[in-house]
Amino acid sequence: MAHCHGPVGLKNIPEGAKKIVLAGNPNTGKSVFFNYFTGLYVDVSNYPGTTLEISHGRFGSDVIIDTPGVYGISSFNDEERIARDIILSADMVISVVDAVHLERDLFLTQQVIDTGVPVIMALNMVDEAERQGLKVDADLLSDLLGIPVIPTVAVQRKGFSEVKERLADAKTGHMTPGLEPLISRLANRVGSQGEALLVLEDDPLVAERHGLKPENHREEIYLMRRERVNDVIKHVLKESTEGATFGSLLGRWMLKPATGLPILALALYAMYYVIGVLIAGTVVGFTEETIMLEKYEPAVRGIVGQLISAESVLGTILIGEFGLLTMTITYILGLLMPLVIGFYFFLSLFEDSGYLPRIATLVDRLLTGVGLNGRGVIPLILGFGCVTMATITTRLLGSDRERRIAVLLLGLTIPCSAQLGVIAGLLAGVGGWYVALYAMVIFTVLVIIGTIMDTLLPGKSTDLLIDLPPLRLPRLDNVLKKTGTKSYNFLKEAFPLFALGALIISVFQVTGILEFLQNLLAPLTVGWLKLPKEAATAFIMGIVRRDFGAAGLSNMVLTPEQTIAALITITLFVPCIASILIIFKERSKKEAAMIWGASWAVAFLVGGIVSQLHSAFGGDGGYTGALGIILAFFGMTLATVIACRLAKRDKPRGIAG
Amino acid sequence: MTLDRVKRGQSFKITSIPNEVVRVQAIRFGIAEGETVSCEEVVPAGPIVIRKNKQQIALGRGLARQIGVVMSCTEKE
Repeated sequence: MAHCHGPVGLKNIPEGAKKIVLAGNPNTGKSVFFNYFTGLYVDVSNYPGTTLEISHGRFGSDVIIDTPGVYGISSFNDEERIARDIILSADMVISVVDAVHLERDLFLTQQVIDTGVPVIMALNMVDEAERQGLKVDADLLSDLLGIPVIPTVAVQRKGFSEVKERLADAKTGHMTPGLEPLISRLANRVGSQGEALLVLEDDPLVAERHGLKPENHREEIYLMRRERVNDVIKHVLKESTEGATFGSLLGRWMLKPATGLPILALALYAMYYVIGVLIAGTVVGFTEETIMLEKYEPAVRGIVGQLISAESVLGTILIGEFGLLTMTITYILGLLMPLVIGFYFFLSLFEDSGYLPRIATLVDRLLTGVGLNGRGVIPLILGFGCVTMATITTRLLGSDRERRIAVLLLGLTIPCSAQLGVIAGLLAGVGGWYVALYAMVIFTVLVIIGTIMDTLLPGKSTDLLIDLPPLRLPRLDNVLKKTGTKSYNFLKEAFPLFALGALIISVFQVTGILEFLQNLLAPLTVGWLKLPKEAATAFIMGIVRRDFGAAGLSNMVLTPEQTIAALITITLFVPCIASILIIFKERSKKEAAMIWGASWAVAFLVGGIVSQLHSAFGGDGGYTGALGIILAFFGMTLATVIACRLAKRDKPRGIAG
Repeated sequence: MTLDRVKRGQSFKITSIPNEVVRVQAIRFGIAEGETVSCEEVVPAGPIVIRKNKQQIALGRGLARQIGVVMSCTEKE
């Protein structure tokens, strides 16, 4: 990355505008401040060189820039690197602090103060602190830190006008005692106190910018700062009673398996019901069928049909089966958009309430076996709704190794809601044993692939280390705003990719490649999977969308064992075009290509094994065949896990963290 | 002893966190070596949740195994 002082690489920042930066830990209410200051006109752009979105907006002649919620500014992850660069280039920082969590939050504030930038503090959630028996002396805090401190209640906009009026009072606060001599030695050489601090704190990127070696003082400085913060807190915080609120009680229930698992099941059911039943059924039924297929598509076909023949090459591309103006628009606006809004609504709800880290803690143990930690559950859950969306959320995982495993597992084994709907319909017709067979095979494939990846990939996945924020009732307007912004960004990102996919398929159709591929696949479908030759069409459709492929199967006459083999194959089959394009965008080209190739191999291998085993076990329609296959897959899983354990034992242990 | 052996409700002092990155991150959360914290919850075979004042942190079992602790003389009053 080409780094320089001055502008942080965001577009539309007018020359001479002062950069006012909002900084704070996650869940401190920063976004409410940001919305208050900027109003409606907000630019959301990807930070250069990363996939993270940074919002900024005008405030008079100045500009307000939001930063990701972080616990400190070092180089532990993308969020911190971005927050670091934005804060280092700031003219002034508004530090948003959660009064309930002074221990955690003041560390970041003190670190920002140590960079030498003028700071003003919004001491937020003072009402909640009071309810929990915490009293913070804001005046004393202001004296000790050397910056203005304004008590606020973000949800009620209390104290906001005062923050606005006193922006000009922002001051360079009192540095962590003991830091001065270290910094002044370096400050002359690197030109700024902030850069000097980060060189001292072993920030490799900042050191490199100045041609310096990291100074190896990080822990020493962190401990000094921690001591300083604890000392400040000792003076300003008065704790009276410690009443166990309902929130803290519920928070504890969510962590214990006996109560946590039922609560999780309930939450997931609510999510499934709203998205899978209400939105996927009723809402999409209306938007896709009634609006798009019955009104929009005939209209657009009529208009375009007057200018060019629908049978011509251009006509096929524009308004044909996979047309840019027909299928693309219908899928995105009629089918995807309502589902996407539903998902982001729940995601924002889970995020703002503080529930997600608790789910991660509850299921941590289960996921360490497949090379993930508790955090990995979040993308996997989201995958059942939409794999594309879930792939984007793998950004929150701790290491690249975990992202690699999670993206592969998502692309390979997790069927999305639309596909699950079609599959459930088909399974209903084949009987209980076959349903169990289907579920077991997919589950064991997930475990086998995860275990193998965990063994083969170099290094070791990170251990769970997660901050459990207090449970809060989310504010509807915040949740809606978040949902809106994220959905809009999804639309903006997905549209061109989807159009490209549709274009490719249309070209295949026009040139006859589609039919050629169908014949090419025949030996595999007939010989190995024991399916009729026409099944190949379903798989070719499945390349575009797996649910499309599954739907293709429902029109065919198949025996129960053929249905199961075909469903297993189509579930494990390549991710839909939208997903694979997102995987290309999120991961390297090589990795995305490998995932795509592996999906072909695994899908046909596993589907074929099921088919062949079924013949080997006698080929009757009874439960013995199904049971035999389940046991066989169980055995394979066990063998893989044991083999991987043994292989791992010889390997030197990697470093966590 | 190590952190994975503590029980819910016990108070203890953290004596060592061998991994540097974890140690530094823990300092940010307010939990440095030498700090006294309490155990909020133990998920069976899973993470340990520790707490200092209102701050709660969940640590994976593997991580807890590496962290040295000493029991406080006074249990919860």
